[in-house]
Parts: sequence; C-alpha cells; structure tokens
Amino acid sequence: MTSARIFAVGGLMSYRALFYWLTPMIYVPSLVVAPVFQILLMAYIGRSAGLASDEFYVVGNAIQYAAIPCLFAMMQLVGGEKFQNTLGAILVSPAPRLPLFFGRAVPVVLNGAFVSAFSLVVGSLILDVEIPTSAIPSLALVIVVAAFSCTGLGLINAALALRIRESAVLSNVFFGFLLIFTGANIPLDDLPGWMQTVSDVIPFTHSIEAARKLVDGAATSEVMGLVGIELLIGAVYAVAGYLLLRFFENQGRRHATLDRT
Amino acid sequence: MRALRLIWVGWIYQFKQLRRSSFDFFLAILWPIFFGTVAFFMFRSGGEPGALIYAGLGAAVMGIWTATSLAAGTALQRERWHGTLELLVAAPAHFALILLPVGLATSTIGIYCMAATLLWGRFAFGIDLPLDEPLMMALAVPATLLSIGALGFLIAVAFARYRHAWALGSMTEYPMWLICGFLVPIALLPDWVGPISWVLAPTWGMNAIRESSVGGTPLGDISMCFALGTAYVTLGVLLTDRVLRAARERASLSLS
Repeated sequence: MTSARIFAVGGLMSYRALFYWLTPMIYVPSLVVAPVFQILLMAYIGRSAGLASDEFYVVGNAIQYAAIPCLFAMMQLVGGEKFQNTLGAILVSPAPRLPLFFGRAVPVVLNGAFVSAFSLVVGSLILDVEIPTSAIPSLALVIVVAAFSCTGLGLINAALALRIRESAVLSNVFFGFLLIFTGANIPLDDLPGWMQTVSDVIPFTHSIEAARKLVDGAATSEVMGLVGIELLIGAVYAVAGYLLLRFFENQGRRHATLDRT
Repeated sequence: MRALRLIWVGWIYQFKQLRRSSFDFFLAILWPIFFGTVAFFMFRSGGEPGALIYAGLGAAVMGIWTATSLAAGTALQRERWHGTLELLVAAPAHFALILLPVGLATSTIGIYCMAATLLWGRFAFGIDLPLDEPLMMALAVPATLLSIGALGFLIAVAFARYRHAWALGSMTEYPMWLICGFLVPIALLPDWVGPISWVLAPTWGMNAIRESSVGGTPLGDISMCFALGTAYVTLGVLLTDRVLRAARERASLSLS
C-alpha cells in the first residue's frame, strides 16, 4: 500500500514539479515550436537531397523528438532535486526506491507521447502528409511505447546525473546519437553495418519503423513484433537505469558526493 | 577609444568565460556535428555530386549560429545568476558596450564549431572543400562572425526582460538553419520566406563563404553582412535604452 502511495503521490508531485519547471515560456518554444521546425528542417533537407518523402521525415522526427522531454525530464529527476537541495532528503527517506523512481517516470512518458503526437499532427498538416484514420489508435500505441522506451534510457541518464555535473550536456549528446542512429532521417540501409547494429538496440528505431508502416497502411498485427521489441528495449533500459541509480546512490553515500552540483 | 577598449576587454573576458562552459563551448561544437552528420549521410545517400560540398560548408556555418543563439539568449540571465546585472547596468559605461562583446564572444566560439565541423566532414566523410578565393574567404569569415555576433547582441537585448530567455534563444536555432540556406537552398522554400532571409545576416554570410569557396562574387554578400551588422548594432543600442528604462520603471531588472 505504501509503495502504491509513493508511486501515485510521488508521480503526481513530480508531474506538478515538472510543469513548474516546464512553464509555458519554456514548454512552448522547446516542446511545441522546436519539434515542428526540426521536422521542417529535415523534410526540406530530404527534398534537397532527393532521398525520401516528407512522410518519412514527419514520422521519424515526430517520434524521435520525444527524446527531448523524456531525457531532460528524467535528468531533472535527479538534477532538479540537486538544484533545489532536496535530493538528500529524498534519498535519506526509507521509501522503497522502485515506486519512488518509476512513479516519477509515468508523467514523463505521457508528456513525451504528447509532444510526439502533437508534432506528428502539426508536421503532417503543414507538409500535407496523409495519415489514415484507421491507423490512429495503433499509432497512438506506438508513440506511447516509443516514449516509454526512451524514458528507460532517461532513467540511465538520471542515474548518470547522480555522478556527472553536466547532465544537460549529456542529455543533448544522447539526443544527438538518437538523431543519427535511429533511422529518423537516414534510411537504416544507408548506415554502415556497425551503426545498424547499434540502431537495433536503442530506443525509437523499431517504433519509427512501426509508425512508418502504419502510416503506409499496414495492419496493427503486422507491426506488433516491432512494438514488442521496442517495449523490450525500453524495459531493459529501465531496469539498467534503476540498477545504475541504486549503484550511484550507494556510491554517492559512500563518497559523500550526492549533492555535488 | 575608451569604448573600443571596453569592447575589446569585454570580448576577451566573455570569450574566456564561455570557453570554460561545457554547455556553451563543448556542446556548441558537438551539436552542429550531430546535425551535419545526418545531413552528410542524407546527401551522400541522395547521390548528387557537389551536394556534399554544399552541406559541408552549410554545416560548418551552422555552428556559428548555434553558439550564438544558445549563449546570447542566456547572456543576461548569466549576469542575473552571478548577481552582477545591476552593477553592470549602474556602471557609467553605456550598457550596450557591455552587451555587444557578449554577442561577439559567442560568435567567436563559432570559429571552433566551424573548424570542428569542417574537420569532421573531411576525415569522416571525405568532403574536400575547394578554396577558389582565399582572400575573399579571409574577409567573408570575419564578416560573417561579426554580423552574427551583432545579431546575437540584438537577441540578448531583445530577450532581456524574459526570465526564460534561453528557451527563446534556442528556439531560433532550427528556423535560422532552415531559412538562412545553410543546408537547404532558399529557392526550395516557399516564396514568402525569401524576404525574411534577406534581412538576416547569416544568409549573406553563408553566401559569402560559399562563393569564396566554390567561386563567385562574394563582395556583395560581404558588404551586406557589414550593412546588416551595423543595422543590428544601431537597433540594439536604441533598444537597450528602452529596455533598461522600462526595467527601471517596473523594478523588474533582476526578475526575482
């Protein structure tokens, strides 16, 4: 019961804190305007290079941009507490860590999915990309799974923020790698072999592929395999992130470095 | 003479400070490399010869804008955090002389971004950039840096009264990359974008650098950089007075 309360109340408080951090003056430029312009930039580069259709870039970038809210919000899970001087109080509490950390991840997933869906809709309207109405429920599922998967990576990011001072830089570096490796803008076949291998085990690659198939008219059952792999990747990252958080928490206690800002 | 000395000292000081910041320096160098890499792959896969040279130069100049937009947006916020903004405003020197070096320092960081992206393109993608007009290039690069620095100054002033100016500064990044023709020819964009890009110095700086590299007549573009740079500085100075007066009247300089 206590765990459920920590999961729900902690998550809710975190959600409210997230939106304290994400005031409209930050939310609109960073999570509403920027993803649309990323889509436009990549679509026009694509047109200039004569590589793929607008649909390819709208779907790829709308999903990949969920990395910004997922990675940064999870980084704030530690970085924000450090900044507010509340990290010590949280970590000294006897609260079980599993609901504590995962409860805070739930609003991040929802926010990431919203940013992704919004970018997909606006990008499609601007570039006149047609999304079949029948694909919308399945696309929503794919978007939520993609946001979950990246939040798993975000948990690793949060753990590293316990150790690394420049967590905002690290989040941007993760975002840059996802931009290159996930096939959001470059067809995976055009990447060197070793990069394709990497792309197979990172968030977004499979969900982007699934979303593109759905927009092209594939049935939900045809993409469930890809969705399952994405879900598995997210779960593996989430577990790894949780273990890393516990490890760095113990290290932080041992070396008195928890509040290092 | 005193004004020039102040600009020079401020430029060096701000440059040294920015170079110590992993966000404003390290990330500013890395960020355009990520996008440049994507563009290089895309143009290489597209298979159009010459497109890689176009992208290589564009990605290199993109870095100057990245460095400027990120740091100029936060210029005043940094002073607020350090508790030095009121002191600087109260100093006898005109506040514009203190802010202008910030814009120039941020665009100077762009030299590192430019060099890093060019080297990355050369060694990772084999992009061999021509240099048809070395003298013009020697003029085009500083003209681009100065004019983008002047635009950074204008941004820093314009966003002075916004608590979250960094978000507005970084919001300008993608649109400027797009409409200034760094990676996409402006002719490919809708017609109404053209006039907007003409009043943006990075457009002319990009043209000047491109024409100095592959051949052409970059003098007109370089002149436009200087003309627009002067216009930005004039506008920035006039805006500084208005912004400071309004902040004093409303007691909102510190925003705390």
